[in-house]
Amino acid sequence: MAKRIDVSGLTAYYGSHKAIEDISMTVEPRSVTAFIGPSGCGKSTFLRTLNRMHEVTSGGRVEGKVLLDDEDLYGQGIDPVSVRREVGMVFQRPNPFPTMSIFDNVAAGLRLNGSYKKSELSEVVEKSLKGANLWNEVKDRLNKPGSGLSGGQQQRLCIARAIAVEPKVLLMDEPCSALDPISTLAIEDLIGELKERFTIVIVTHNMQQAARVSDRTAFFNLAAVGQPGKLIEIDETERIFSNPSVQATEDYISGRFG
Amino acid sequence: MDTTQITDAPPPTPQPTVAEQKRAARGATRPGDRIFLGLSRGSGILLLVIMAAIAGFLTYRASIAISKDDANFFTTFEWNTQLIPPKFGIAVLVFGTIVSSIIAMAIAVPIAVAIALFLTHYAPRRLSGPIAYVIDLLAAVPSIVYGLWGALILVPHMNGLYGWLDDYLGWTGIFTWQGGAPRSMLTVGILLAIMILPIITNVSREVFRQAPQMIEEAALALGATRWEVIRMAVIPFGRSGVISASMLGLGRALGETMAVATVLSPTFDIQASLLDPGGGTFAQNIASKFGEASETGRDALIASGLVLFVITLLVNGAARMIIARRKEYSGANA
Repeated sequence: MAKRIDVSGLTAYYGSHKAIEDISMTVEPRSVTAFIGPSGCGKSTFLRTLNRMHEVTSGGRVEGKVLLDDEDLYGQGIDPVSVRREVGMVFQRPNPFPTMSIFDNVAAGLRLNGSYKKSELSEVVEKSLKGANLWNEVKDRLNKPGSGLSGGQQQRLCIARAIAVEPKVLLMDEPCSALDPISTLAIEDLIGELKERFTIVIVTHNMQQAARVSDRTAFFNLAAVGQPGKLIEIDETERIFSNPSVQATEDYISGRFG
Repeated sequence: MDTTQITDAPPPTPQPTVAEQKRAARGATRPGDRIFLGLSRGSGILLLVIMAAIAGFLTYRASIAISKDDANFFTTFEWNTQLIPPKFGIAVLVFGTIVSSIIAMAIAVPIAVAIALFLTHYAPRRLSGPIAYVIDLLAAVPSIVYGLWGALILVPHMNGLYGWLDDYLGWTGIFTWQGGAPRSMLTVGILLAIMILPIITNVSREVFRQAPQMIEEAALALGATRWEVIRMAVIPFGRSGVISASMLGLGRALGETMAVATVLSPTFDIQASLLDPGGGTFAQNIASKFGEASETGRDALIASGLVLFVITLLVNGAARMIIARRKEYSGANA
């Protein structure tokens, strides 16, 4: 069951440095929202506040509210570990567990959540690998290490690992930036399928990719180096790329930036 | 005539040999490069020569001793090199060396791994620095100092533990205690554990610190707790490093001389109980007997040293095999 994300007045810090300031937005369930913006504008930081990964960095802290349906992720007594079980994440560089087989990589999240029978595990692993369009390529070598796959396959393995625990939301931090165009296309097709089941938020540097995969696009910017990043606007992807309401957005997407 | 004709013919263009082609590809070598190449190659060769010389010396002297030995060198529980013909065997030493090292490893490895994980993943930075420094200092304490500490402090304080072990675990047979001074294999093992703890801790700490951040984040993002992150992403990554670290420690424990000689009250027999004094190790036996040994006695001790050398080689080889078997899954190809 996909869930809605409702962010209000969110500010994130690294120690005393304010990385992003006063961000509010709503992300609808079963949709793809893309974050675009120049390097250092805080879009990845913002993404990491949505599953409380930001506070893993030393000195990382957050003010404001993030509601997942009606539950405040930063509410009192909320365990970040349980937040991350509901909000999955795929990283920029494919990072399968190098010491585990393909099967164990996909099963890793399930094993954290409790004990499963072997048959149940196999079922979920197969379903997740199929869901990540990887099953046909790896079904004969499930016991081989995941690090032996190609970069694009590894990234789909990471997606399979993330969706195996049935999260409500899937965060993707530049998932294709380390991949070749064919692997990128495979991941983009996959995103189109996954949005039937999950709420997806994707950070990308590639504006064509944002235009291809997302329903809504958010543009982030910063006034100057050292200043906190801010949300400039968020709208239907079509509007952002054809007729944005803020001049800075138009400058950025048409390459007339800075 | 024939010869002049040949010399008159246009000389064939000399084809560059393979070596020349390689040299050309490398470009002109500068004197600095040549000197450094010579130095490093020379050092490498020197190392091999020294190793071969040691092995050759040990083998030669050992073969003299073993040819004079009137008893079976491997199975005899006796060390009488004064007899004519002499009778000596290493069974007691093999047993003592391995038992004391196993005790030391069983105590030191879990503690060292725990300390390393604490320093890298739990301790605040301003605490982990000083602790790591103190552990480095422990490694620098000379072994005779450990030996004195063991004999003067550790041994007198072992009675309580020995009594307790005898009461509750005496039925196993290896923890019975007849009340003698606790200068036995268990005390030696505990002392060795303290001595090898720093090296295992330091190497493990380095390995754990290099566990890749992005793999730890992968575990965190799946909803792993801190302990689960360590179990999924840090320990598997560091496993081969911890094995190497343990082998370094084991090497030191197998060869430790002064500390064992100071603490152990040696006899040339095997005790079933770890708590009753007696037994001996290769290094301790050599240190205790070398000074007063005759020519034959020295050769016999050298023969035992050769066996220790071979045991150390076997242990290292086994460790390398374990590491190689896990290579496919190691973090190195992440």
